[in-house]
Amino acid sequence: MDKIRVLIAKIGLDGHDRGAKVIARFLRDAGFEVIYTGIHRTPQEVARAVIDEDVDVLGISILSGAHNTIVPRVLDYIRQYGGNPQDLVVLVGGTIPAEDIAKLREIGVDEVFIPGTPISEIIRFIKEKVAEKRGKL
Amino acid sequence: MNVSDFIDGITAGNRRVLAKAISLVENEHPLAKEILRGVYGRTGRAQIIGITGFPGTGKSTIVSKLVEEFRKREKSVGVVAVDPSSPFTGGALLGDRVRLEGADVSKDLWIDAKVFFRSMGSRGRVGGIAKKTGEVVKLLDAGGYEVIFVETVGAGQSEVGIMEIADTIVVVLMPETGDDIQVNKAGILEIGDIFVINKSDLEGAENVERWLKYMLSLDETIQSADKEVAKWQKRVIRTVATKGIGIKELADAICEHFEFLKLNGILKAKRAEKAKLMAIELAIEDIKAEILKRYGNLLEENASDPYAVAEKIVKELIKP
Repeated sequence: MDKIRVLIAKIGLDGHDRGAKVIARFLRDAGFEVIYTGIHRTPQEVARAVIDEDVDVLGISILSGAHNTIVPRVLDYIRQYGGNPQDLVVLVGGTIPAEDIAKLREIGVDEVFIPGTPISEIIRFIKEKVAEKRGKL
Repeated sequence: MNVSDFIDGITAGNRRVLAKAISLVENEHPLAKEILRGVYGRTGRAQIIGITGFPGTGKSTIVSKLVEEFRKREKSVGVVAVDPSSPFTGGALLGDRVRLEGADVSKDLWIDAKVFFRSMGSRGRVGGIAKKTGEVVKLLDAGGYEVIFVETVGAGQSEVGIMEIADTIVVVLMPETGDDIQVNKAGILEIGDIFVINKSDLEGAENVERWLKYMLSLDETIQSADKEVAKWQKRVIRTVATKGIGIKELADAICEHFEFLKLNGILKAKRAEKAKLMAIELAIEDIKAEILKRYGNLLEENASDPYAVAEKIVKELIKP
């Protein structure tokens, strides 16, 4: 089984990255290769990193409430750069209202994790989904 | 995608294809060797610069500033940044990309079409780089990147694996990293062509500089007996990478070193030597696989006398 590579991204003005860093650390301990982008990235920068780093998983951490604008933009740029978001496991983490979760799923987000989700569940989800998507390629 | 798709994509400068090829190489996919073989003829044009030094000295920040500086000089730039994989889980936090930040916000290095940055886990290899770092560099070279930086893991004293890959080695130090005894020890300080004292706005920078220059003067005394060989005057450069201080001078030294290597035929000799070592490595890998395939049972059954087994295998394989 090839190593699972994950990009943890912070986009826009939201500078609260404690959660993202903790997740990055937990995923490292789960045996993944985790690339952390640092704060204040643009959707374009994140999409480019997804392509160049050839990650299996994109995890976007958003606490600012801008998820409805930011997430579709990132996915658009990935397409623009010749990638296909459907080949990726796309995750969003943060304080996302219930009605927005459905919307995010519609545009291609595989799962939304709200605060308080057990880390074991996130790890399990990643392993399952990556195996599924790799099987399709 | 088949092998020729990969080769065409890489040579045409398709980033996504290059990125996928790097993953195949890292994962030792059966296609990887064919791809590398297919692009090998297009390699050898880039200058490969190793950036090494202890953890926390500012290697990633220096790399970021150098990327920006070489973009100003209109060179395309590749970066391979290695971080350690866990010996317990195999996981890694690849945190070098975080520092990729130009001072000029109008030229975003993250989306610059002539910058390719790739993070790598060391995946169990010691020595400061990953087993496949050299081959990943070859792919970037074939992809047309003119200047390629290889940032090692935060290296220890004897982690000199970067020597196998780089044309030019930059060792990054900072104040309070040792005295006259420390700088004269064998290992990482021996391999530098250029020494950087980063964070040199901190107290103690002049001490490190003094000891380094003392060490280099001893080198010169020892080497001056050998008049035949062209000498590279090793540099000591002070930087404050976060403020961009000393970066231009460092970039100049890197360019000068490459010119020096080319002018004196050293580059050619070094690369021939690397190609030779690579051929040996590749042959050993295949022979090892062959031994396991052919002699699996023999190895299982005769664990009591490994010497006899080895002798038998060598006799049969090498002297048929």
